[in-house]
Amino acid sequence: MRKCCLRELGRTDYGQALELQRQLIAERQQGLIPDQLLLLEHPHVITLGRNGKAANLLASAEVLSRAGIAFYPTDRGGDVTYHGPGQLVGYPIIDLREWKRDVGAYVRAVEQAIIDTLADYGISAGRIPKLTGVWVDDRKIAAIGVHISRWVTSHGFALNVSTDLSYFQYIVPCGLTKPVTSMAALGVVAGLHEVGQTLAAHFGRVFDCEMGGLIHD
Amino acid sequence: MTDVVMPQMGESIVEGTLTKWLKKPGERIERDEPLFEISTDKVDTEIPSPAAGVVSEILVEEGQTVGINTVVARIEEVAASSPPEPPVSAPLSPLVRKLAREHNLDLGQMQGTGAGGRITKQDVEAHLAQGAPPAPPAAAPQTRIEPLSAMRIKIAEHMVLSKRTSAHVTTIHRVDMTKVATTRERSKAEFQASYGFSLTYLPFITRAAAAALRHFPLLNASLDGSNIIYHNEINIGIAVALENGLIVPVVRGADEKNVAGLQRAIVDLATRARTRQLKPGEVQGGTFSITNFGSYGSLVGTPIINQPQVAIMGVGTVEKTPVVIDDAIAIRSICLLSLSFDHRLIDGALADQFMSKVKQVLEDWSEEVL
Repeated sequence: MRKCCLRELGRTDYGQALELQRQLIAERQQGLIPDQLLLLEHPHVITLGRNGKAANLLASAEVLSRAGIAFYPTDRGGDVTYHGPGQLVGYPIIDLREWKRDVGAYVRAVEQAIIDTLADYGISAGRIPKLTGVWVDDRKIAAIGVHISRWVTSHGFALNVSTDLSYFQYIVPCGLTKPVTSMAALGVVAGLHEVGQTLAAHFGRVFDCEMGGLIHD
Repeated sequence: MTDVVMPQMGESIVEGTLTKWLKKPGERIERDEPLFEISTDKVDTEIPSPAAGVVSEILVEEGQTVGINTVVARIEEVAASSPPEPPVSAPLSPLVRKLAREHNLDLGQMQGTGAGGRITKQDVEAHLAQGAPPAPPAAAPQTRIEPLSAMRIKIAEHMVLSKRTSAHVTTIHRVDMTKVATTRERSKAEFQASYGFSLTYLPFITRAAAAALRHFPLLNASLDGSNIIYHNEINIGIAVALENGLIVPVVRGADEKNVAGLQRAIVDLATRARTRQLKPGEVQGGTFSITNFGSYGSLVGTPIINQPQVAIMGVGTVEKTPVVIDDAIAIRSICLLSLSFDHRLIDGALADQFMSKVKQVLEDWSEEVL
């Protein structure tokens, strides 16, 4: 069975997480390390995908900095999004050549791991055709944005566990004028670590890999 | 000429949007160097060049969406330009070599006038007559660069993460291990004979820690945002030193094992850690850790918490020490136990109550049966 190293980083600055991903991608591409799943939480930050439109950012740089929100343009797919405390962020670094060599199947599988995780908490979530992400009715609970270089994935997903949803007012999430929600808003009280453990288990099952620990070769 | 096509990124994907050209027409590109980026359904992908050469034509503009296998660019292969010829190293006479050595000259920088560009004695003398400054002596390298191993990178990340996450405080207690030492001394030979491995102090200390953890469950917890997670199982990680590394395999249900069971588990995990035969599950799920630096002679240390745990106990070396008991000096087996705890969750008073419990169990050791 393929191995996937689970790294729980806790609250991590967006820039530091980018740097760590960059390093892991290079090592993964050279085959020095197995697949990785980084689970973490960011301080308040708004990021813009490669194809994002600045118009979907509703606040000026000055307003953001006054609200204590950092801003990063990035190379992931997707539009603008918000990350912050109470949101479970996952960055899988996976060599798709050893899985299905299929970008579409990869995104659907990430969605599936999130849908199954939510089901464990009694939340019935699903997909909306052509709108990547995970939805509860027509509210978005998890966003997905991925970058692939030589079949190795980076960036990933963000699941609102107990995110303060008021921060989404600064953006049009993913350029869609649809509302957002969180597990807490749906009445589920759960800690990030606990949701992360559940998600890691589903991730291992969906991707058919064995989830390993942090300090282990 | 090589055609570059929109690649098929998956079974269900029939088209892609070309979002960015990373090279302009006329630019050189190496095989496998990223040439453009495409976007399909929230996924951005860098596409490497199928050939080395010069980008001769770009047929699809940024922002256009085209079907798979559409030709998007052409690359003209140019004869690989050979690297510049290295300077002909014409043979040097021993005399020229000697002169060069004496004056510390770099002959590569000199033009020879002899046959075939050969550097002659006259060339060297002319060069010296110009008062050319001697090249600085080649410095012996002061450093050596070596990449970190994957394990070292993980340890480094984990240590810094822990320091950044927890408010580390360390408290140190002196424990009289005389009773444990006596028990161990008495059982040592028999233990070795019946189990096949030796009896150390570590299982006694692990057992005392497990008892104290039962008593003070906050030490056996994790902090998750604004929630405390109490772990019902007591799973104690035992730090094992490896060659240029460290791993913390976990003794599960440590409070349900006796000294012999703990010693067996510790020996088994440590042996397999050193031969790299641990399963990933065996290094996960720890709720508290113990690190035994005493085995390397250390008296006391301030260990770093193994996240997401909230405390770690460090074990110093057990030494016969003169101590004062009832106003008399006695020789006792003393061990300094340190506890680093996360002050976000645990206050000093609780940490010291926990350590007093550990101390009490060890000092009053009474079990005849291990």
